Amino acid sequence: MTDAAPLPSARAGILGRIQSRLDARTDRTAREASAKERLADRRANLVPARGQLAPADQVNLFVRMAEEADATVTRVAAATDVPAAVSDWLRQNNRPMNVRRAPDPTLDAYPWAAEALLTVEAGKAESTDETSVTAAHCGVAETGTLMLTSAEDRPTTLNFLPESHIVVLRADQVVGSYEDGWTLLRQTQTVDSGWIMPRTVNFITGPSRSADIEQTLQLGAHGPRQLHIIVVGEAADDDNAEDGENSDNPV
Amino acid sequence: MTSAAQMTPRGFKKQASAALEDVSLQRALGNVRDGFIAKRSKAVAKLPEFDDLRDQAREIKDHVIENLDVYLERFEQNVVMQGGTVHWAADTKAAQEAVLTICRLVGARTVTKGKSMIGEEIHVNPFLEENGIEPVETDLGEYIIQLREEPPSHIIAPAIHVNKEQVADAFLEHHTDLPRDRNLTDNAALLAEARAKLRDRFLEADVGITGANFLIAETGSTVIVTNEGNGDLTQTLPRIHIVLASIEKVVPTLEDASTLFRVLARSATGQEMSVYTTVSTGPRRPGDLDGPEQFHVVLVDNGRSKLIGSDWQDILRCIRCGACLNHCPVYSAVGGHAYGSTYPGPMGKVLTPVIMGIKEAGQLPNASSFCGRCEEVCPMHIPLPKMMRHWREEEFNRGLSPRLGRWALGFWSRAAGMPWLYRLGARMSIAWMSRKARKLGRPFGAGQLPLAGGWTGHRDFPAPQGITFQSAWRKAKREPSRRPLGPGR
Ligand code: SF4
Repeated sequence: MTDAAPLPSARAGILGRIQSRLDARTDRTAREASAKERLADRRANLVPARGQLAPADQVNLFVRMAEEADATVTRVAAATDVPAAVSDWLRQNNRPMNVRRAPDPTLDAYPWAAEALLTVEAGKAESTDETSVTAAHCGVAETGTLMLTSAEDRPTTLNFLPESHIVVLRADQVVGSYEDGWTLLRQTQTVDSGWIMPRTVNFITGPSRSADIEQTLQLGAHGPRQLHIIVVGEAADDDNAEDGENSDNPV
Repeated sequence: MTSAAQMTPRGFKKQASAALEDVSLQRALGNVRDGFIAKRSKAVAKLPEFDDLRDQAREIKDHVIENLDVYLERFEQNVVMQGGTVHWAADTKAAQEAVLTICRLVGARTVTKGKSMIGEEIHVNPFLEENGIEPVETDLGEYIIQLREEPPSHIIAPAIHVNKEQVADAFLEHHTDLPRDRNLTDNAALLAEARAKLRDRFLEADVGITGANFLIAETGSTVIVTNEGNGDLTQTLPRIHIVLASIEKVVPTLEDASTLFRVLARSATGQEMSVYTTVSTGPRRPGDLDGPEQFHVVLVDNGRSKLIGSDWQDILRCIRCGACLNHCPVYSAVGGHAYGSTYPGPMGKVLTPVIMGIKEAGQLPNASSFCGRCEEVCPMHIPLPKMMRHWREEEFNRGLSPRLGRWALGFWSRAAGMPWLYRLGARMSIAWMSRKARKLGRPFGAGQLPLAGGWTGHRDFPAPQGITFQSAWRKAKREPSRRPLGPGR
């Protein structure tokens, strides 16, 4: 920040108070250097062992943790199986046979037309939508958490307005930790000048809930009552694993 | 009886006594003990690295505070770069004005709100109402207490003092368009009704106000952590998103925030991860189908900057998980309202004098059992009892109320010299033990008194006789009543 322009007074007052107190202990140049280093480093702190498993174990852990958080999970062999898996889930849960899906190219590619009884519309969520289908940025194994990002073709309202939310996740998109999720984001959301932080990043662990009445857990407070995850395919090859030894690590 | 909204820190003694008499409150408080504590310890046991993560969490926030000016500037720079605006507010009034100015610019009539303790601290709801704007709380607990015209009594479970019959009463009174004879006896029906009622409010609001659990300097992002999804609807559907955040919420990187996620949910609700952790960066982008058109962050100081380099600096590490409240024998005996301040419990005893001044809030740091449980469970290793003692010294040095200062010298060991406090202590334990005994279906043996090791060593502990003791106590000489000093909010 340059100090050439006159500062608005509240800002100057607050920053001035902070600065004068900190100046008593360190000098500003040292503080700038220290902050700059940390921001440039983006060093991961301690990542729990359960967030560092081999890929296949990571997928299993993801599924288990997501289920513990009251999500439901189906695994299918290939992306082409997704529309049928969506229909099946709707039927089994007595949900209306229509979905609003993200206008996401990943989802465009699926053979929706094969599901004759299923109505599929693409777009942002409307308040009347019963079920949404979106694609994930990744899944985080350590807590069974989905990481979803917003974009032109990934409207955020789909994650919150409908009663049921179905998320499609490839098994090779399952990472160990939140840090892995950020790393993947920085690698994939790139532009010439670096990477772009999506407007919204949603970490979602299970369906909406509230314990605000007598600390008794109820599902479906304001967001979806049901969160269903369709995991497609198998985990990436173990060759890419950093450390296969952790694979039988109990949680 | 003083209504919760009129309670003040000065009235603590009287309010605490009244809380002990309040049968329905005592029933509700059982949920603190029986719920939060067990859930937290289960979650902690499942993560072997938990203690190491706490150490790192402390280091992260210490590093931020040591370099706070630089991180705040960097945060601001990045918010602006992403198309958002930062408003700096030195105090409550400035923060209220900032919010009102933004609301007026878009001619806002209704504002939806996600849960925000800063919102409570700056009393934004009454202020908006005075200015003709309707604030609608959307977190279920906050919604309930808004209908009941009460402040929250817990920083993460605002309606913990309310029983479900009282929720049903509030809904019957306010949702007058629905049939009066509808069934509101079970929790699911209550939740469904609130969900349906609030759905329309989300869709019609002009502005959404949320708090922030963290601010990220690296990206200019704000983070909310919720379970209901109300915060996300609040910030995604209206045209304007206003984030209320205090200056110490900033952390350097997404990685640093991730470490804090791991300790927050486990300490707060005993979840592995809260359902929704949302990182927001600027307004909607060109081509986006939804999201707010404007993104404003109001950065509130309210006395915090003065804590740097003081005896209370460490409270700036607080991530508002509520664990210190849940594990506090005083809190779980009297509930949150008795404190008469926005923030109750141990963290509130340290923070309230910062916000309201030691003259107003001096009673709070004194009314402690100094059992140390709060510091033990605090994920950020904040030395709460030590800081309460520092306030007591400060109060003494300023010649304020030395008589009250004596309380701090130890709870049970000095209880004989302080009849009121002794009675409160005994009552607290009775209330808690009879709840516990009811659950166990048998009375307590002396060795089964958790937290009481250091206390009961000093004197024989009276057998808990439940209501008999309580009625005996009721007849005991009352403290001369104190007139509340007008609304504290
Ligand atoms: S003081 Fe510690 S335990 Fe209490 S709310 Fe803050 S972080 Fe949580």
